[in-house]
Amino acid sequence: MIQVRALRRGSGLLAAALLLSAALPVAANPHEHKLSNGLRVIVKEDHRSPVVVSQIWYRAGSMDEVNGTTGVAHVLEHMMFKGTRKVPAGEFSKIIAAAGGRDNAFTSRDYTAYFQTLERSRLPISFRLESDRMQNLVLSADEFAKEIKVVMEERRLRTDDQPHSLVHEAMTATAYQVHPYRHPIIGWMTDLEHMTVDDARRWYERWYAPNNAVLVVVGDVKPKEVFALAEKHFGKIKPRALPARKPQAEPEQTGIRRLTVKAPGKLPYLAMGYHVPVLRDADKDWEPYALEVLAGVLDGNASARLNKNLVREQRVAQSAGAGYDPLGRGTELFYLVGTPSEGRTVAELEAAIRAELEKIVNDGVSEEELDRVKAQVTASQVYQLDSVFYQAMLIGQFEMVGLSYKDIDNMVKKIRSVTPAQVQEVARKYIKDESLTVAVLDPQPLETKAQAVPAQGMRHGR
Amino acid sequence: MDAKLTIRWLRWLAPALLMAAPVLAQAGVQIQHWKTSSGARVYFVESHDLPILDISVEFPAGSGADTPEKSGLASMTRHMIGLGAEGLDEDRISKSFADVGAVFGGRFESDRAGVSLRTLSSERERRQALDTFTKVLQQPSFPESVLEREKARTIAALKEADTKPETIADRAFEKLLYGSHPYGLRGSGEIDTVAALKREDLVAFYGARYTRNRAVVAIMGDVSRKEAESIAESLTQGLPEGGTLPPLPEVAPPEKAQLERISHPASQAHILVGYTGMTRNDPDYFPLWVGNYALGGGGFVSRLTEEVRQKRGLAYSVYSYFLPLEQRGPFQIGLQTKKEQAEEALRVVRETLENYIAKGITSEELKAAKDNIIGGFPLRIDSNKKIIEYLAMIGFYQLPLTYLDDFIGNVEKVTAAQIRDAFRRRIRTGDLVTVVVGAADPK
Repeated sequence: MIQVRALRRGSGLLAAALLLSAALPVAANPHEHKLSNGLRVIVKEDHRSPVVVSQIWYRAGSMDEVNGTTGVAHVLEHMMFKGTRKVPAGEFSKIIAAAGGRDNAFTSRDYTAYFQTLERSRLPISFRLESDRMQNLVLSADEFAKEIKVVMEERRLRTDDQPHSLVHEAMTATAYQVHPYRHPIIGWMTDLEHMTVDDARRWYERWYAPNNAVLVVVGDVKPKEVFALAEKHFGKIKPRALPARKPQAEPEQTGIRRLTVKAPGKLPYLAMGYHVPVLRDADKDWEPYALEVLAGVLDGNASARLNKNLVREQRVAQSAGAGYDPLGRGTELFYLVGTPSEGRTVAELEAAIRAELEKIVNDGVSEEELDRVKAQVTASQVYQLDSVFYQAMLIGQFEMVGLSYKDIDNMVKKIRSVTPAQVQEVARKYIKDESLTVAVLDPQPLETKAQAVPAQGMRHGR
Repeated sequence: MDAKLTIRWLRWLAPALLMAAPVLAQAGVQIQHWKTSSGARVYFVESHDLPILDISVEFPAGSGADTPEKSGLASMTRHMIGLGAEGLDEDRISKSFADVGAVFGGRFESDRAGVSLRTLSSERERRQALDTFTKVLQQPSFPESVLEREKARTIAALKEADTKPETIADRAFEKLLYGSHPYGLRGSGEIDTVAALKREDLVAFYGARYTRNRAVVAIMGDVSRKEAESIAESLTQGLPEGGTLPPLPEVAPPEKAQLERISHPASQAHILVGYTGMTRNDPDYFPLWVGNYALGGGGFVSRLTEEVRQKRGLAYSVYSYFLPLEQRGPFQIGLQTKKEQAEEALRVVRETLENYIAKGITSEELKAAKDNIIGGFPLRIDSNKKIIEYLAMIGFYQLPLTYLDDFIGNVEKVTAAQIRDAFRRRIRTGDLVTVVVGAADPK
């Protein structure tokens, strides 16, 4: 799962760009087939090892939740392992494990996905189980009561007790005031505390349908056989009318927003985010590619500007980074994050980061820097072929945000065609205070924190 | 941006490492092995499926080589390799790798430390990446100014880490379990010992540990045997010549139960329970490893997850693992839970462990463990990255070259009686080490 997170860091596209068919023999690879119930099946052959990964992606993530039930997409993901009429609670993972497989699931703002990795001959087991829980999930109040406690522990572990997560949670809820990206994927604690099994059931009934899903299979398989297998297991599931999705577009921000989060710790932390567009038309859009290159120039490698200038030379930062993810159903933020060196302040770090951005706005970037970013993109495109799981992830993510797996191939070409002038132009256009949110972690000494501190007060603040 | 994805189950790093422990074979992985003229051991798998070359060079230079007075020296030495070499400053080094899309990395563990390279195998890229890699490894310059900066960054990171409940728990656990043994030292060192490190300490450590006769070279990917021989030769011949090294002391198992409770403002308590575990060449390796799958290594298919998470909803993640090292690495059970229910969770963990050790594995559990490990064998070697990890591990610990071919057979022949016997002999439940950070306020 570490790959999944890595993909979302710094150079999202650098990592995400890559899939070209360079080393793979088959011309028309991947292959696609649509069942009559609307389920799309995408198969990519990779015959290096006798292994297959199967991922089913539902276009339903935390951004589809409504007030009072934040976190339900992720809670349902947990409940999907709690049994069907045919497969009792807990059996799903046991069956996969007995087949030598690994399985898990993940929820994002844009989608929920489930996967199994298996020796190639075991693929039917995956399809049998996934097609069963697409339609026959049993949601019992007993199992829900236990699992919601697990999810609250997960929230405590990954958010409430993690100062940087709290900063990002509060920052997101500030940068977005209308769009549902403002809510954390795991949900606000108060919503988890009051969630019921019926909330989960309604979610399941609303979104878990073949016409809201994409099945991605990558590995040592024959596409025709996979399509036939998909027909056999998923073909009879009835499609369902899906609710209308409202845009909930974020109004243009009209001034800088600042916030502070207090939490136990020693080092402060700074996060800055500018509203930027995402990729909608992979062929016509150019700004997202230029923003991706901008992120690479700032933080694509150890000699990129932020590390070279702020960490290594000026020594104002303990660490500093930039990040942009061009894939999203909503619009994204262009992030700059960092921790000041001991003895330096957050204000000094912010000034130093702004100075770096200013330099690009005023003076642009060099061909040499661009070539370096592009060399990395080119290499990453080959490296990612070393993982069947990652190849499947890319296909699924592109499909979920409204792009096509076919766009993946183009992306490297597009990035390689970005010019210094384009990088400067997106910097000029989007790096501006009007659309900036700045969040600061104000670390509190442990001793004075004997009682509950952080989470509660802060979460209600916004 | 940290939390864009929320995942149902987090496999912690340490257990993931352990899961990586075994195997290749059958699926046609041919390991070639030889020694360079200077005595370095080389492990090579030739594969032309992808135009990629992976290389690692490792040494007995992990934190186990540290002393309490200079704790952090091994880590800082490794860290500074790549931040300056004769004729190349850190910026030139970074650019040289990035310009050809190469990825420079490395490893730092209790026993092992070293550097790694991933590059495209095409001529221009490979040559530039290898030239830089060789220079960085063989001629590190340990610049004073960079060292001062990296010391300051390490110290700041240590101060921050020492506020985290997970770090506090790990440190307390390691100290209780290992006492003055080097395995009880923190890899990154302590604030005062890092502050006292001098350039000459790094130079001396490098000269003693990063030696040509102790290097373990792993090569995986798109080169011929002949090319691999020449790469291994040039990577090692310019390394320091080695003298003798002091042996790593044996680890003594705890002789009495120890429990430490540490207060912390976090909402969850972090609980660690453990004992000394096994060595990489341990005669009990397979019974303990297979047995741990049923106890807490098999994710959702384990007793600990069943009792702690599935039945009671007490934690998001609960696990057990053995970390096999040159001397006995830790056996550890870990979880995090709302602090008000820490005592209940601890009780469940203890009962589950005691019950498992007293009664042993059931035949159904043993079958499930073997089915998963054996049936999942191809997944362990399905990428160049995974294969080179095995090469480096087999090489460093000098496991037999047939280790991989024998692996499935070794798993198959483990019996329930062996598992029960091994756990009973090796984990004395009366002498467990327990740490609870963020215990509920006793007042």
